[in-house]
Amino acid sequence: MDIMDMTALQLAAAIREGKTTAVDATEAVLARIEEQDKTYNCYVTVDSDGALAQARAVQKKIEAGELTGPLAGVPVAVKDNLCTEGLRTTCSSKILHNFVPTYTAEAVKNLQKAGAVILGKTNMDEFAMGSTTETSAYGVTRNPRNTEHVPGGSSGGSAAAVAAKECFYAIGSDTGGSIRQPASYCGVVGMKPTYGTVSRYGLIAYGSSLDQIGPLTKDVADCAAVLEALSSHDMKDSTSIAREDTDFTAALTDDVKGLRIGIPNDYLGEGLDGEVREAILRAADVLKEKGAVVEYFDLSLVEYAIPAYYTIAAAEASSNLERFDGVKYGYRTEEYAGLHNMYKKSRSEGFGEEVKRRIMLGSFVLSSGYYDAYYLKALKVKALIKKAFDEAFSKYDVILGPAAPTTAPKLGESLADPIQMYLGDIYTIAVNLAGLPGICLPCGLDSKGLPIGLQLIGDCFQEKKLIRAAYSYQQGGELA
Amino acid sequence: MSKQYETVIGLEVHVELATKTKIFCGCSTAFGAAPNTQTCPVCTGMPGSLPVLNKQVLEYAIAVGLATNCDITRYAKFDRKNYFYPDNPQNYQISQLYLPICRNGGVEIETEAGDKKTVGIHEIHMEEDAGKLIHDEWEDCSLVDYNRSGVPLIEIVSEPDMRSAEEVIAYLEKLRQIIQYLGASDCKLQEGSMRADVNLSVRELGTEAFGTRTEMKNLNSFRAITRAIDGERERQIDLIEAGESVVQETRRWDDAKGESYAMRSKEDAQDYRYFPDPDLVPITVSEEMLAKIREKQPEFRTEKMARYKAEFDIPDYDIEIITGEKPLADLFEAAVALGASPKKASNWLMGETLRLMKEQELDAGDLRFSPENLAKLIALTEKKVINSSVAKEVFEVMFAENVDPEQYVEEKGLKTESDEGALKMVLEEVIAANPQSVEDYRNGKEKAIGFLVGQTMKAMKGKADPGSVNRMLKELL
Repeated sequence: MDIMDMTALQLAAAIREGKTTAVDATEAVLARIEEQDKTYNCYVTVDSDGALAQARAVQKKIEAGELTGPLAGVPVAVKDNLCTEGLRTTCSSKILHNFVPTYTAEAVKNLQKAGAVILGKTNMDEFAMGSTTETSAYGVTRNPRNTEHVPGGSSGGSAAAVAAKECFYAIGSDTGGSIRQPASYCGVVGMKPTYGTVSRYGLIAYGSSLDQIGPLTKDVADCAAVLEALSSHDMKDSTSIAREDTDFTAALTDDVKGLRIGIPNDYLGEGLDGEVREAILRAADVLKEKGAVVEYFDLSLVEYAIPAYYTIAAAEASSNLERFDGVKYGYRTEEYAGLHNMYKKSRSEGFGEEVKRRIMLGSFVLSSGYYDAYYLKALKVKALIKKAFDEAFSKYDVILGPAAPTTAPKLGESLADPIQMYLGDIYTIAVNLAGLPGICLPCGLDSKGLPIGLQLIGDCFQEKKLIRAAYSYQQGGELA
Repeated sequence: MSKQYETVIGLEVHVELATKTKIFCGCSTAFGAAPNTQTCPVCTGMPGSLPVLNKQVLEYAIAVGLATNCDITRYAKFDRKNYFYPDNPQNYQISQLYLPICRNGGVEIETEAGDKKTVGIHEIHMEEDAGKLIHDEWEDCSLVDYNRSGVPLIEIVSEPDMRSAEEVIAYLEKLRQIIQYLGASDCKLQEGSMRADVNLSVRELGTEAFGTRTEMKNLNSFRAITRAIDGERERQIDLIEAGESVVQETRRWDDAKGESYAMRSKEDAQDYRYFPDPDLVPITVSEEMLAKIREKQPEFRTEKMARYKAEFDIPDYDIEIITGEKPLADLFEAAVALGASPKKASNWLMGETLRLMKEQELDAGDLRFSPENLAKLIALTEKKVINSSVAKEVFEVMFAENVDPEQYVEEKGLKTESDEGALKMVLEEVIAANPQSVEDYRNGKEKAIGFLVGQTMKAMKGKADPGSVNRMLKELL
């Protein structure tokens, strides 16, 4: 087997068995990046020298028996909103074009402890704001399945890098679907864990109460292994949760007998592409044949998720992005007259259109006189959505549906109409508002040959049920 | 002035808490380090960093709240106050607006007339301090030091219950005393660990409605506060008398010039866009935590005064002064615990200590000598190893450098001469050299002996016990 075709777990096993080395794998993947990435533009920064140095160090430790984990020696791509000490971290924004962090994000540290080799930083929508990776200041990323199409976003570079085999796995962040939707568009597996499972320390915040870091992988087994490595209780993140049950690989069993699966009617209605709908229902049938109990139900409130999300995320973002002011790091305008002019020009020139739109939206909903009408109301909607899910999970183990209404749109089609783009987040957003885990995995191709993603949603801390269902599906269903 | 006016004053008091580390990270709060050496990604607002609440800050805030009769908010939150300024690295300050940790309290003060009066406390909230901007006049640039960024503060917001500068000072002294007793802060106005902003308005005596208020900042001493209040009251009354109106604004007090000037008016007021900080989980104060903090509350001044009266035979006035400043009370109690006589310990504090503090413009918190050394000094005088004038001399050195008096007396050879033979020789010389005084004494002029004692002490370089000198002189004469 060509090592480039291996999953992360297969590669690590091959390294452990001495069939290949971390250095060989890193060299091979760097060569692939060199060859292809001018076309796909998955990466903002490729750290070839650093990756090779890490690979050599990791290989030594593996040989010395100091690194024995299931991911030791495997090269990974990291989304460019996770801080990496000494390695430029831009959030795909001009305002951080020269920003080199002084510390490494906790999630990345956890991967390093597991023996990961960091290849570089992947392209994304600027500050994770977007659904196509077209708002990046460093060019669009093309979908490796069809370069006329977007890879999705905001973790589009990470999803595309996995699909294009420019890494063995990647990590991304998901605020409203930013891991699951690009996974769907690129035909890879992506998972957002329960809020608080992976430390956010070192993740450059977009919507702090919604952001979670998670894996993008070639299959479900890799996804479980990577999530297991990422998870930790971090005292540096107040929202981090101490969990005992993060041995996610233990759930990799082909057994869904008696698993109660609910399909929300709300997720199959207007706006959903017919081919996507068919593929989702076929996937449900696969699980049913394997012994799951499948039922339809009304989730309700789905239409309120988008306005609530864009209110809360934009409000938090407007504050989170205040620190980018040209004073301490990042872009500062060339000429200015006084402090306020410097702020204004640096931010006007440093941020892109979508980021500015969301900062304005967020500032507005927090303004005195509007706070109650917008922000507080959105928080109430958030609480109601959580309640609706609580009710659903009293009846079902897993909620099944699409990750996106369509397959990947063509480049340039989405940004012209932001409202339409926001509506595309309808199936992923509620999961973030309720803090739930969600996984997206490929479940077939449409007639254009573009991948379709199946989304499984679980109750808080029930990742194992999702992993079990997703793993079972991959043992029998249509892949992409 | 034809009309009678009443001054209405409310205070916003910021107190820097005495924690070892900052409110949201592990950096040291120690004062005076080289710029930006006590910083980390959190307190410099680096991308991706997250705040974690220092539990000691919460405990201090609750302790102050309990001691000022506040309701403790059982489900409290931090909010972000958004504004752009370079000393504020995130461009938002983490503070509390919607659910502050303490509310609805009050402390009792004594008015000038001697009446008791309660000054209400609207709320106490926790927040982080900002960094410090240094303007380089020569380079035409500004530099930021983030060592102070993230130092924990509590802000105590009073009700508009005060009517004069005297009441304001009484209230501030009361707060300072309570907080010092708790050990939550040293509350030094000059160094900025206690800062008061004065909200003041005037109204015609007898009217209910409040006048338009101004907020006065940059008040660094009780004296400045008093002057600023009197000045602002006059300024507002003059405006009203002249038919003009008071503008709601923030003013800055210039103590050197003795006047204030407007910083910003209400029209310039920023919209801080407060909202709950999503990076910090809500604070839940459990019954257990409250009970623990209650249990740890120290003996406050009133209880201490009562105990001193019962335990120590010292004047009420001394008790009032010593318990008025926590560091004095601590010194006193520790010295007594080490065996010093309460009366003597009190005398040293009331006499020499207060005199030197006044002379050197020091706060009780600045005192450097240890209770061990005070107890040793007292023991030296009681055992007559040194006499009282030598003791005073030793005390001054101890006050300045906290020297060990036993060692110091030994090294400098200050012990009282106990060899009576040597003393007798000196006395004989003094008697021989001063026949007139000897004559006077023998003729019944008792006072003449004082001169002879003085001469003897001088010849002995002060190292004699005046009692022995007196006794032996009388014998010889």
